[in-house]
Formats: sequence, C-alpha cells, structure tokens
Amino acid sequence: MAKVTLIDTKARANEHAIDARAVNSKEARALYKKREQIYPKLAHGFFRNLKWAAMIVLLGIYYVTPWLRWDRGDGRVDQAVLIDFEGRRFYFFFVELWPQEVYYITGLLILAAFAIFLSSALFGRVWCGYACPQTVWTDLYIYVERAIEGDRNARMKLDAASWSWRKAAKKIAKHAIWILIAAATGGAWVFYFGDAPTLFRNIFTGQADPVVYLFIGLLTLTTYALAGTMREQVCTYMCPWPRIQAAMIDKDALSVTYRGDRGEPRGPHKKGDSWEGRGDCIDCRQCVAVCPQGIDIRDGDQLECINCALCIDACDDVMKKVGRPLGLIAYDSYANLDRRKQGNPDRYKLIRPRTILYGVLMAVVAAFMIYGLATRQTLALNVIRDRSPPFVRLADGTVRNDYALKLINMTDRARRLQIEVEGPTGVHLLAPALVLDGEVVAEAHADSVMNVRIHVVAPANIGAGSHRLRFTIRDIASGDVAVSDSAFLAGSTP
Amino acid sequence: MADRERDSVSGTETTGHEWDGLKELDTPLPRWWLYIFYASIVVAVVYWVLMPAWPIGNGYTKGVLGFSDRINVTADVGALRSARAPMYQRLANASASEIAADPELQEFARAAGESVFGDYCRTCHGAGGAGAPGYPVLADDVWIWGGSLADIEHTLRVGVRADHPDTRMSMMPAFGRDRLLTSQQVDDVTEYAISISAASSRLQPDRAAAARGEAIYQEQCAACHGATGAGDRSVGAPSLNDDLWLYGGSREEIRRQVEMGRGGVMPSWERRFDAGTLRALAYYVHEMGGGEPDAPPAPVTTPAATPEPAQNGQPNAPLR
Repeated sequence: MAKVTLIDTKARANEHAIDARAVNSKEARALYKKREQIYPKLAHGFFRNLKWAAMIVLLGIYYVTPWLRWDRGDGRVDQAVLIDFEGRRFYFFFVELWPQEVYYITGLLILAAFAIFLSSALFGRVWCGYACPQTVWTDLYIYVERAIEGDRNARMKLDAASWSWRKAAKKIAKHAIWILIAAATGGAWVFYFGDAPTLFRNIFTGQADPVVYLFIGLLTLTTYALAGTMREQVCTYMCPWPRIQAAMIDKDALSVTYRGDRGEPRGPHKKGDSWEGRGDCIDCRQCVAVCPQGIDIRDGDQLECINCALCIDACDDVMKKVGRPLGLIAYDSYANLDRRKQGNPDRYKLIRPRTILYGVLMAVVAAFMIYGLATRQTLALNVIRDRSPPFVRLADGTVRNDYALKLINMTDRARRLQIEVEGPTGVHLLAPALVLDGEVVAEAHADSVMNVRIHVVAPANIGAGSHRLRFTIRDIASGDVAVSDSAFLAGSTP
Repeated sequence: MADRERDSVSGTETTGHEWDGLKELDTPLPRWWLYIFYASIVVAVVYWVLMPAWPIGNGYTKGVLGFSDRINVTADVGALRSARAPMYQRLANASASEIAADPELQEFARAAGESVFGDYCRTCHGAGGAGAPGYPVLADDVWIWGGSLADIEHTLRVGVRADHPDTRMSMMPAFGRDRLLTSQQVDDVTEYAISISAASSRLQPDRAAAARGEAIYQEQCAACHGATGAGDRSVGAPSLNDDLWLYGGSREEIRRQVEMGRGGVMPSWERRFDAGTLRALAYYVHEMGGGEPDAPPAPVTTPAATPEPAQNGQPNAPLR
C-alpha cells in the first residue's frame, strides 16, 4: 500500500467526489426543506450480519406462522395461530380464547411494554434498530434497491442521470419487486384471520371475500409507501418512540455512541503520519455513508438515530485499515464517557435497580398469565333479567320473574348442566321444557353458548322490592360449577 | 405579477402586502391536492352521466346505468322474504311441542314473533307483554279467551270485538250507566265480587253489602262469570276469583267496571300476516311464561277465502 489514500479503493475516491453529507443532521435541517433522498451504503461486519439474521428470522416468523397446523380434534380449526372473528375465537397453539377473555391480550401487551422498557434500559433502541417492522421491511427494500441499482454511488449516479431506457428498466424492476413484496406482506397478514390454505386458493381464484382483497390492498399500499418511499421519515416524524425513548434510557444504558474522547480532534490522516496529538477519527465519513437515517453519529445521540449499529461496522472497517483499535463507534454509555474523561476505566452496568425492577415486573406479569391460563374456567354463566315486565303476578297470587341464561361451554364436548337457583324461601325455577327427573337440566353443546329462557316463581308473600338471587349451573359429569348473581323483583299488591 | 417579491427562505412569492413589518407568503396549492381537485371535477361529470343526478321538474336525470336505490331495496327485501319463506312454511305447520323440539325453528319463531310483536302489539300490550289498564297482560297465566297456542292464534286471527265475521265477541252490560241496576245495587254487587276474589283479604268487603249483592250477582252476572266467579273462556268472561283486574284492582276501579262494562278492541290480524307469521307471533306470546299446553286440536275456523300472504311492496305489509 504505497499510495497515501486512506482507503485505496475506487469507491472511496468516488465517495469524496460526491461527499457523504448527513442530510438529516441538525445543520442540514431547515423548516422549508424538501426531503433529500438517502443512499445508504452497504456495510459489512458483525452488526450487518446480525441484522440480516434478524431479518430472516422475523420475516420467517411472519410468513410461516399462518401455515403451521395444530390438531384440535375432528372438525375443529387446525390452524396453529388464528384470529377467528367470524367464530369469535382466538387460537394460539394450545391456547383457545373466547372474546370475554381478551384480558390475556392485555397481559401480553403489558409484557411487551416491559420488554421494550427493559431492552431500552439495557441496550437503547435495539427494538428500532433490529426488530421494528419498519426497520426490517425498509432493510429488505434497500436490499432490493441495491441488488438492482447498485450500491450508494451507483444509485446516486443513476438518480442524477437523465432518463434512459436503462434507467427506466431499473426503476420499473425495482418498484415491481417492491410491490410484489408489499402484496406478499398484505397477503400474509390476512392468513392470520382465516384458514391459510383455503384463503390462499380463494385469493387466486377470485373467490375470497372483498374484505380480504381490501386489506391486502391496504397493506400493500402502506408497506410500499412506508418501506419504499417514506423510510426514515416514519421514524422521525410518525413514530412516537423517539420521543419516549429519552425517558427509558439512563446514563448506564448502552447505545450506539461515537467515542468523541478518543476520536477528537478529527481530521484527515496520511499514512505514516504520527497519531500523536490528534484523535482517531480520520473524518472519512463512512459512518455517514452507511446511515439509513441520514445523520452523522459523531453529532451525538439524536432523535433520528435508530441504533442500527451499521456505523459501527463501517467505522471498524476503516479502523482496521488505518491500524487503530476498533470501537471508535461502539455500544457505549454516557457514564463511560464521563468515566474516561476522569481517567477511570470503563464499566458496563447491565444489572441496575431499574433493569432488576423491569425484570421482576415481567416475571410477575408472566406468572399471573401462566396462572390464569392454567386455572382457566371452561364453564361460565351469564344471567340477563327480563326488564319488561319487571315482574308478573300470577292467578294464584305468586310472582314470576323471567331470565335469559347464557350457558357458556368452552370445552370440546357436550355437557349436561343442572340449573339451580338460591334465594328467598319458596323461590323455585319454572322451566317445564327442561325438567328431567325432577331437576332442571340443559344439554349444552360443545364449544358454544346455549341460550335458555327460564322463569323463577316466588310465593305471594315475597314482599315488595328487590331480592338477591343466585343461579348455579353444575356439570353433572365433572362437577364443574359456574355461578351468577341476579335479582328478583316484586311489587306491592295491586 | 411580474415583480412580486420572493421570500428568500422558502423561495415562494409573497402576497405583496405588509402589515407592521409582516409579510404573507402566497404559497400555491400543493400540486397533488390540485390534481386531486381536478380529478374530482372530472369524476363528478362522469357521475352525472352514469348515475341519477339532476332534478328536472317532477323527475330527475336517471343516468345511463339505471341505478335506483328503490329498486335495489325492493329486490333485497324480496330476496330476504324468499330466503325466510321455507322457515315460515315449516312454522305454519308446526305445533307448540314441535317448535320446542326443534332449536332452529324455536329460535326463528321467537325472533320473528318478537319482531312483529314489537311493531304491532307492543303499543297496547307493552314490551314483553307487560299489559296496561284495559290491555291484558300477556306474560301472566290469566287468559280471557284461552292460553293454548291454538287459542292464542285464533284470537290473533279473528281479533276481539273486531270487524272479522268470527271475531271473539263478549259484551259486559254497563249496569250502572244503563240503569240496569241502581247505584246501591252496583255497590252491593261490587262488594260481593270482591268477597269471592283473592282481593277480599286486601280490600275487606262489607259483609252485609256482599250478602245483598250475592242475589244480584247470581241473577245478573253468573250466566257469564259462573256461579262461583270462575269465569268462562268460551264467552270471554274473565275469572273473578284471582286478584288480577283488567281495569284496575282498587274498590273504585272494580265498581266502575260494573257500572260501565268496558271492553276493549283488538284488531283481526288474519289479513295482515301470513300463517307462518301468525304462528310465530302466537308462539312468542305463548312463551312469555303463561302459555298453556294445547288442548286436543280445537276446531280452528279457517274462512274459505284465506287471504294470500301479503305481497311485496304493499304499504301495509310488515317487513319480515
């Protein structure tokens, strides 16, 4: 390497020719500015590979999950994960939830919230950098763009060039593939709401419900717009998380940091020159060139930064070439910056009161959910009192109230349920159609809600006003019991 | 327009006015907005041609597509009717026990009955058959004309004191108003009626007056209400033994009924509803709680000229 250029590649020279500007840096921001296109350069290294792996795993989960099967017995839904609006059920492998059990979803959301708090307290915006759908799909779209139009410089040249058949062909190919990916994204989404194999066939034969096509179209449009054309603007202007993150990150949290104490004063460096009296940053702007958000990480932590860590890979490459230690840009904390200023060694404190608290809270919520699922009731009773007429006086002076009972059987087998009522002395059920051997018995079908109209009769001396009443249903075979309280109303004599 | 000032930051023209040193940008409409606006104008013109749009005198431009909400609704209603027709057909031929044994039919009868009841019966009989003074409670187990499914349906068909040739007809004389009895006699017979009813403990009848009233009762009232006051459904005479009173259960209200002999009117519904709807309505009322088991098939008088089920589009046809 006799040459004195910093990185002896042609690309590097071109980089200088075009100059990697941080289009979204504070200085470049203006009130009336139009969006400037960002051309992220391909980075190589550990974090780029981690992001590829995350993309493959996450997209894999998204596209494959609806196709997983789960045997629930004859005639039952066999899709492992299904949100069945029509049948009013949510299936998740061995879990099957009814609409009234949506609170499990609440638990899941609380768990997710704590998980994102914990990950932020530990590693900053790792969610934004690796797992957020906006990041994953944008990364995928940039991959396609790069495969067709080339890397950063080639793309910049292509956009700057006047229209030609070649340019048109490339642009058309890119947008066509983008739209295909977008359609596949919307297409996979609807499979979570219907039997995937059936729906797949119906979509292509035109037999699917118009709503299915509507949602595929809607998600195709949003995927194409958000990942293809809007990209970093979604993170900067639409997403609330950049505003919330400040509260989640303390000075011990790790985030992608330019170690200014080591890097400054920055400036070009010629091979053979001394490193004495200057920083390690050679101002090559590779960190800016790879940034998908169009910022300069050397300006410090910024709202626009999604912590994707690609600048770490880019900088490490350069550090290797100039023979300086790696990690000029690295996951680091504010606390460490302060420590180094005072001449103290770095310390990484992952276990802190707040991370312990988040961990404990997650464990508590998870324990509650597991307990809830393990002791889930499969028999339930809802009692709805007829409000008109409030009570009926019968010829023999007794008083009658009417009730609609909903017998909820959440099991896969039919159940024989005995209905009982407790209340003031002399109160009894009246349901001639349901009487079996002197007991009031209803046959509840498997996995369904049975509606039963039932009368309760009280003696003439019941007294005016409201009386407490308790309905009980008992599974004659298993002894399972469900209870619901109601009231019995009676008026004064005519 | 030539020398309008351009703002240096945005590069946009100003309006040329200045107020206290403030100038206003004359920002043009965003292009995308403007193009959508132009496109909307084009769409509007196309719409005028295709769809009903402009009023002309008594009519309107029909549009080349011939779209009409009125026709669509009529077609939808017709489709609904024909989709439900088989269920109504089954219902028309089902007995109370057959309906109860078939959950699908039962659910249908209940829903159809409730819907029609809400539209046509609730006004007088109240929601859920709660009744009102002068309008019988349907939810209880007291029936003036019979509480079996067949009896209820017959009452529905012919009405009470209605214009149907076979209508249920009873007429209690207005003993007081028409001077059939003296005021004293009305008082006495009222006390007697109270004494044979379950209200006697509540209203404490005057025993002496009741004893005088008994003779009048046996002479004037027993023919319909029965010697013991048990009533007679064949003539629509209510039982006087219970403590349920169509026109109110106070002493004054009971006396007033003896005096005035009031009787309400229920329309005949035979011409209004088809057989299936009538059966659904009867079933709904029967299931309110006081329905009685069917007696051995009563001779249901079906007039030779049974009207056809109401046709689509007739203004008075119920929407089923």
